[in-house]
This record gives sequence, structure tokens and C-alpha cells, in this order.
Amino acid sequence: MPAPGPEPIALSFASDRTLRVAFGESPDPAAHRQVRRLLRRLDQRRLDGVEDLSPAYATLLVRFEPRRVAPSTIAAAVRELLVDLEDEPLDAPRRVEIPVRYGGEDGPDLTDVARHAGITPEAVVALHAGVRYEVHFLGFTPGFAYLGTVPPPIECPRLDEPRRSVPAGSVGIAGAQTGVYPAATPGGWRLIGRTPLTMFAADRAPMSLLLPGDEVRFVPLAGGVAARADA
Amino acid sequence: MSAGSGAAIVVESPGLFTTVQDLGRPGHARLGISAAGAADPIALRLANRLAGNLEGAAAIEMTLAGGTFRFEAGAVVAIAGAEMEAIAESDAGGLPIPAGCAAFVPAGGRLRCGAARQGARAVLAVAGGVRLPPWLGSVSTHVGSRLGGVEGRALLKGDRLPFAPEAAATAAGTDAAAAAHAAILRRLEGEIPGGSSGAMPVVLRATAGAQWDRFDVAARAAFTGGEYVVSGASDRMGLRLDGAPMAPPGDGRMLTEGMPLGAVQIPPAGKPVILFVDHQTTGGYPVIASIVTADQPRVAQLRPGARVRFERVDLDAALRLLAEQEARIAALRMVPA
Repeated sequence: MPAPGPEPIALSFASDRTLRVAFGESPDPAAHRQVRRLLRRLDQRRLDGVEDLSPAYATLLVRFEPRRVAPSTIAAAVRELLVDLEDEPLDAPRRVEIPVRYGGEDGPDLTDVARHAGITPEAVVALHAGVRYEVHFLGFTPGFAYLGTVPPPIECPRLDEPRRSVPAGSVGIAGAQTGVYPAATPGGWRLIGRTPLTMFAADRAPMSLLLPGDEVRFVPLAGGVAARADA
Repeated sequence: MSAGSGAAIVVESPGLFTTVQDLGRPGHARLGISAAGAADPIALRLANRLAGNLEGAAAIEMTLAGGTFRFEAGAVVAIAGAEMEAIAESDAGGLPIPAGCAAFVPAGGRLRCGAARQGARAVLAVAGGVRLPPWLGSVSTHVGSRLGGVEGRALLKGDRLPFAPEAAATAAGTDAAAAAHAAILRRLEGEIPGGSSGAMPVVLRATAGAQWDRFDVAARAAFTGGEYVVSGASDRMGLRLDGAPMAPPGDGRMLTEGMPLGAVQIPPAGKPVILFVDHQTTGGYPVIASIVTADQPRVAQLRPGARVRFERVDLDAALRLLAEQEARIAALRMVPA
């Protein structure tokens, strides 16, 4: 059982060119806020030799060029940035609305999710579109944002067998997470709908519609399951 | 043929899997963008040096079986990495170009590359570099997300890769550039560090992975004591290894987190996967070890069926290996052929 209070911050080298900063190993919102604060400080400080920063839920990877900077120098600089980290302000989140056509061909797993939850498809939509999500981090493919968390009744495991190709814009659920596939890729999340928005474009600024820290709401589009639920 | 900027390398046959790569585009992991870049960065750097380029210029990476390329203007080319058959064809016949050499290919000439005899990936550099519009500071191809390079994909027959023929004159000396026949210009002298010695099993040195401490003693012993075979289902995203499965810690799952290049993930089935240059930025399987930067070329040169073994080293040893490798690269001399 996790002990109450914050877990200690752990620094380790995840490879000979990667410092890993862990604010715990569990999905604790306080740990995630620390990740975002450290990311902000690292963005401001721009340490020499750092090539990339990879934030996730409770960890942040600092990739550096070991031919340019000693790992111990990076670790010492990051340790300094951890001092009074709780005092680092976080920007107010951007608010993004994502229109979604739920069910039917756009969301082929909506009925399975409903069956798993023991509720109607309309109720799944109402729950999914009824809360605000936070973009915790991006990964998997350019512009794929991991959003959390879905209301507990509609948590649903991944498919046993991932689809070979998921259409771009598909909205899925995996465990307590939800997200939108930016491009046609293989995928194992349960698909409940689809958005007409372009989630990622290499020639756009910003390239990704969703960025870490954003606050997201899904808005049911008329004509789908949601419309029938409203009727 | 004018020496204007319109000259291109024309892909007559692409080979098995051929992409344009440079040193990649790290810096955008937070958007889920993989760094990509040359699988064997030393091969890229040396091929570019031979061709008279900056070490990170864009070049052509070929896998296991190379392609055939026609040069619309005279070009200085160089090949490094895997030992791959490469023949420069001109009116005077065919001239074999060994790995680690730069050669002149006259206008209208061809470079015909064959099967890799040793290693898996060869880099073909051209003086002046392959001229494609960069995205996020790099022209590296990432086929998984269909971005970078030529339409984000492997090269196809008929593709045209613009290059700077005027660079050939600088790189070859003006007289050589005007010649009608292919010629070897220079080669690297010294022991070329990197990828493929041909010895089996290939030893990959690795530091402890982020979840090393969570693997039990038996799993760690299996990892460092076992021998693995590179599966055919391996690519630039990752190398899948067959061998005795090892038990991942707990239920084999963990909170998703960022993944370093060279991470050795242990999925629930227990067979290691080495995350390689095109790997996804995040992952949810525990990482037992991470291959040292100095051994990235060894990973790049692994062929399906190759046998590998892992050796645990500490961070200091990893850095020492890297420093020694850089010293050997710096000590290489280019000599006239």
C-alpha cells in the first residue's frame, strides 16, 4: 500500500546519456505537477548539453550528449533545480474542446465499453463527455496525448488483439486513460468515437493540437448516439 | 549537363529498405516525436568525412541489400558501415568501391549496391549532402509516423534526391570531377571502430535500466548469462530477441514513462526488445538495461539470426568506452587511394 505523503524524488541514469527523475512510481497527481514544474525550470534554464526532455506521468527523462557534458554535471544541475520545486508556478491550463461523433462506425467499441460498464452506450457518452481531462503527456506517435482520467465506470482494458490500423481521429479508452489517435496507426485502445479535428500537422504551429498540461473536454456532435440520448 | 542545382541522384532500384538519414532530430520527445537519425552514426560520420562533408550531413542508409542509383551529374560518393558490395558503373566498366572509401562517379554513371556481406546497414554519402527540406532541423526519415526524408517513407524506384554537383569539384579536385571514368579517390586508414567484426556472439555492453532493481536475481542472471538471437521481426524501431524468456517484475506492467535509446524492454512474454533509433518516445514495459552509446553501431549492424550476449557495465565504463571510441575516430587518417 502506498504510504501517505509524497514519495522521495529519485535520480538515476536510465542510460549513459539519460538522467531519469522519478517523483514516485504511481499515478499521483501531486507527482505529476512536480514533473511539470521541473520541465518548466529545465525549459527556462536550458542546460548545456541537454538534447531532449521527455516528461511522463511521474517521471522526466533528461537526454544529454555525453561527449559534451559529464553525467554528474547534469545530475548536479538538476538537483539544484529540484530545490523548492513546489514553489514553481504552473501556467493556467489552455482549454481545448474536441468535437466527437460517438458510436457507430466512428466508435466500433462503444457497445463493448457499455456492456463492460453495465450501462447504456448513451450513458458511456454522457460520462466520457461529462468531465474535464488533463493532458498528462504525449507519446506513442507524434501528437498522441494521454488524457486522464475517465470516470471509473467506463474504465476499460485494452483490446486483447490490437487493430492493425485505427483511423486518424479515433477516440479511445485504455484503463483510466483516454486519447485521440492523430494518425492511422496500429492500436489497442477501445474506440468509442472519432473527431474531425486534425490532431497533429508537421507544418502547423503548434504542430500538436494538444500540449502537456492542457485541459480537454469532449463535445458530442449531433447525429450520433449522443443525439439520440438527448432526444 | 550543367552544374546547376537541378542535378539529382535517381533511384533506379531502392534495395530492401533504404531511407535518408542524418543525425536525427532530438528535442521533441514531449510531442511524441522520435529522434530517428542514422542507425549507425559512426558510419554516417565517416562516410560524410570521406565525401568531404560535415559529419552530420544527410546521406542514404541502406539495409541488408542496397539499391542502384544513377547520378545526373558527377559526384563524389563514399560508403561506410556494413561491408556491402558497391560497384560504380561508367563507360569504362565497373569499379568496386570498398567500405571506407570515397570515389568519383561521373555524370550519367551508376552506383550499384548489392547484398551486405557483413553487418546490416551501409551509409552512402554524397559530397554536398542529400538536399531535402529539413523538418525540425533534420531530414531524417521516420517511417512509423510518415515524417521526414522523402514523404516520410523508404525510397522507391524513380525517387530523385537533389544534391550539389558543384561540391564534387571541391571534394575531388577539379580535374578529377571532370573525368569521364569512375575512380577511387581516398580511403580511411586505421582501425575503423564500430559495428561488425563478424565475431559471434556480438557482445552488447549495457548499464542498469530504470527498472533493473525490480527484476529478481534469476531474471538478472538470465539476462547477463543468456544468449539471444535477433529475430527477423526487427527494424529501426526495435530489435526483437529470441531466447530463454525471463520473468518481468510483478505483473510486467508499470506506469508509462519516457524511454531512452537502447533501452532493453522486457514485455510480459519475457523476450527482450531493444528500443532503437525510431523507437516510440514512451513505453510501459520494464527496462532491465540500456545499451551503451558506444555500442549503438553494433546494434545497427546486427542481422536477423545474429547471436548476441549482454554484459553489464557501470556508467564510468560506458563513458570510457565512448571516449576511447571517439579517440579512435579522431585518429583515423584519410589517405589517397
